[in-house]
Amino acid sequence: MGIFQMTKTVLRNLSGGPATRRYPAVAARKGPITRGHVVFNPATCRSCGICSRRCPSGAINLDKEANFWEIDRMRCIACGECVEGCQFDSLTMEQEYFPPVVDRVVERYHITYVKPEKPAKKPKEEGAGENA
Amino acid sequence: MPERIIVPFGPQHPVLPEPIHIDLVLEDEKVVEAIPSIGYIHRGLEQLVQKREYPEFVYVAERICGICSFIHSLCYCQGIEKIMEIEVPDRARYLRTIWSEYSRLHSHLLWLGLFADSMGFENLFMRSWRLREKVLDVLEDTTGGRVIQGTCKVGGVRRDIGQEKLDEIHRGLESFEEECRDLGHVFLNDTTVKNRLRGLGVLSKAEAYDLGAVGPTARASGVEMDHRETGYAAYGDLGFKPVIETAGDCYARCAVRLREVHASIDLVRRAIEEMPEGPIDVKVRGTPEGEYFSRAEQPRGEVVYYLRGDGTKNLSRARIRTPTLTNIPSLVKMLPGVQLADVPVVVLSIDPCISCTER
Repeated sequence: MGIFQMTKTVLRNLSGGPATRRYPAVAARKGPITRGHVVFNPATCRSCGICSRRCPSGAINLDKEANFWEIDRMRCIACGECVEGCQFDSLTMEQEYFPPVVDRVVERYHITYVKPEKPAKKPKEEGAGENA
Repeated sequence: MPERIIVPFGPQHPVLPEPIHIDLVLEDEKVVEAIPSIGYIHRGLEQLVQKREYPEFVYVAERICGICSFIHSLCYCQGIEKIMEIEVPDRARYLRTIWSEYSRLHSHLLWLGLFADSMGFENLFMRSWRLREKVLDVLEDTTGGRVIQGTCKVGGVRRDIGQEKLDEIHRGLESFEEECRDLGHVFLNDTTVKNRLRGLGVLSKAEAYDLGAVGPTARASGVEMDHRETGYAAYGDLGFKPVIETAGDCYARCAVRLREVHASIDLVRRAIEEMPEGPIDVKVRGTPEGEYFSRAEQPRGEVVYYLRGDGTKNLSRARIRTPTLTNIPSLVKMLPGVQLADVPVVVLSIDPCISCTER
């Protein structure tokens, strides 16, 4: 019978709730590995610059002299290359999507990492390295 | 003889998700000629290959189209891997197959919804999209992105799927398949849908072949052509038979896609069952030097990437031929003879993806 194909759906729709959610009043669905937005920790960054070199869209800018790290949220495609490349865990991927904005957002962070002082060198032993 | 008038269709039209313009030459309500024009959303992405390093271009390739995104990146990566003679690990090949088939599922369900919408069947449209959401949830949970997966890279994949998640996906497929069957039942057996689609926009087998139709458009006309048969990624191990219909009308094109949904579910299931253990990527060193024609089967048909590297970090040329571009001549052939009110249905039946076409 061709004309009652949708009956099952109609009945289910009558009893069930809506399939959509009232975003933004209700938060969007996110999974455990959803690529939302990148978060920077200025306390551990050692200004190696791997993140800005790996970024395919050129969203990250690192100023080594002035000690500033910038991310252009409008350019960032949340691919996660910088997070994978960071060896000091300064970058993490958060699951929440970056909220909608009406202006260009460039976040600027002052890098606060301080290089720990090297332990004092042992006094050279006499005669060492003379014949090198 | 009735007077001929020209009605512009698009670039902005309620049924078109993307801009394509067709001038319809009408005699009364009947189309006698269709003149397409494209070029509304050209973005010059092929040229970007000279500005982005070759591993970075994967992200650009993926953004050519928001629906066949994963298969674009897969096709690009396969091309580079062939040029650089990189052997991809088995597990990566299987994971690529799973994500490819999930992209196909989400694309076909999206198309089924849009197609129902073009007929004015709103409820069926919402029903298809509700089902598609389940596919997107799996993609988000396994790759981190709903439509832009970003998991393919030169030399393998960036992300693994744990055994627990694989089992969960495998379990979920059963109820999903059941729901797809119910959905297909409406498309194929509902009287109104059948009356609307049967005998509409017929493309014969010879015409489909001559005009270079690809994908479900060609397969609905009886042309046995599916690039997955050549066995790229893990399709060679899994075995694959293309889905064929012979009528060549809109109903057949719909039937092909519905049956492909089930074929994809079957492929995902077997890929999970036969998933090998091992690494998911290999280290890539050096730069590509040489050229290669890489091909892959997208939901809409065969995509061809021509890539040429000159030994530097940037490729010197990329040329991307997408399925919709080769299906437009077929569309022009289908339109004469149909009523003006049926034009949206016929146009949507080739599943036009204009972002792909114009890159």
